Amino acid sequence: MFLLHEYDIFWTFLIIASLIPILVFWISGLLAPVSEGPEKLSSYESGIEPMGGAWLQFRIRYYMFALVFVVFDVETVFLYPWAMSFDVLGVSVFIEAFIFVLILVVGLVYAWRKGALEWS
Amino acid sequence: MIIDRVEVETINSFSKLELFKEIYGLIWILPIFALLLGITIEVLVIVWLEREISASIQQRIGPEYAGPLGLLQAIADGTKLLLKEDILPSRGDIPLFSIGPSIAVISILLSFLVIPLGYRFVLADLSIGVFLWIAISSIAPIGLLMAGYSSNNKYSFLGGLRAAAQSISYEIPLTFCVLAISLLSNSLSTVDIVEAQSKYGFFGWNLWRQPIGFLVFLISSLAECERLPFDLPEAEEELVAGYQTEYSGIKYGLFYLVSYLNLLVSSLFVTVLYLGGWNFSIPYISFFGFFQMNKIIGILEMVIGIFITLTKAYLFLFISITIRWTLPRMRMDQLLNLGWKFLLPISLGNLLLTTSFQLVSL
Repeated sequence: MFLLHEYDIFWTFLIIASLIPILVFWISGLLAPVSEGPEKLSSYESGIEPMGGAWLQFRIRYYMFALVFVVFDVETVFLYPWAMSFDVLGVSVFIEAFIFVLILVVGLVYAWRKGALEWS
Repeated sequence: MIIDRVEVETINSFSKLELFKEIYGLIWILPIFALLLGITIEVLVIVWLEREISASIQQRIGPEYAGPLGLLQAIADGTKLLLKEDILPSRGDIPLFSIGPSIAVISILLSFLVIPLGYRFVLADLSIGVFLWIAISSIAPIGLLMAGYSSNNKYSFLGGLRAAAQSISYEIPLTFCVLAISLLSNSLSTVDIVEAQSKYGFFGWNLWRQPIGFLVFLISSLAECERLPFDLPEAEEELVAGYQTEYSGIKYGLFYLVSYLNLLVSSLFVTVLYLGGWNFSIPYISFFGFFQMNKIIGILEMVIGIFITLTKAYLFLFISITIRWTLPRMRMDQLLNLGWKFLLPISLGNLLLTTSFQLVSL
């Protein structure tokens, strides 16, 4: 992980950036007043007593979109190295990449027709 | 005696070397703090701008009491948030409740690592620059999801889910646009992408070579910022404040900071990817060709470069602030339709078109 010296500054920046929230929470903990009460700590539900918890089943549509997202995200990750050596690889690899994209487009059309991209 | 002196000298020089090393280590960290300071000031300016512009759009006066022209209003707000009580919901998941905003802030701050503000004025000119930004920017939704889930509040939960769904939907068109750009400049490094646009000044901008990509990038980066035409995660009329509902004090302040940092990163990336970054951008005229290169000219050139980058970025900030206070909000199904059924096919087509043109020019 730390073998690439090019990324030293990245790790330093990561450490300094993660110190910011810690520092801010600490300062706020020192300065901010504390006056707790059962009413104040209950979760907000437009002024009435909260009914039940919020950790329950939610719409399956979110999963469908997440699945389609994973497919296309992995596709783009595969396309990046190809785009970087586009000059070297030439026409034949372009056709291969085109077929690869085409398969995914067929997948998108299938998901579209099946209604995976419909919200309601 | 002589040997002693030599020994002393070697010890002296050795200790000097150590000292130098320590100083060098400190200097190495210094740019990071300078960048963080710069980011803070820019965020303060953006908050002030947003308040002033929204005020003039709605024909109000806007901030005027804190400092001249209300310039210190953002500092006053930040200090107020720091002094407010930090309320932890009794039924929520407390560790996740604190980790959520922290992850969002850290991931947004890390994006600044690869943004070049001036000629060679970048914290790390990594060879995977833009790709690093794309990778890191997809960590922020995890923080928002955590915030929404850990509040144990129905509004927060829905807001967190919507934030995640929205940012993954618009991530893919954004990635395809960046892919087309990096294909044109044959590099992922942000510095190289700007250099590739420097040839013909104004006409060398990627904006002219990628007009469709530019529009898609602009729309999707606005959606990634969760600003008004796309602010479903925190739609006030439906979800109170979305995933931020249970947050108070400085944790709310961090979310506020994240939204403005996100806006700044997006407009800086529009500048870098499509508008030629720090280049002066008037063709066939260069300021510094006549002078000999020396240090003062170099510094002056760098300052001008930073100024040009920021000017271009603030133009986009102005546009997105105006859009926020002009357009109404979309519905969830309209949002997802726009992302998946319009922007995704268009950006894919744009990518294939770009590769075909590149192939012809090979």
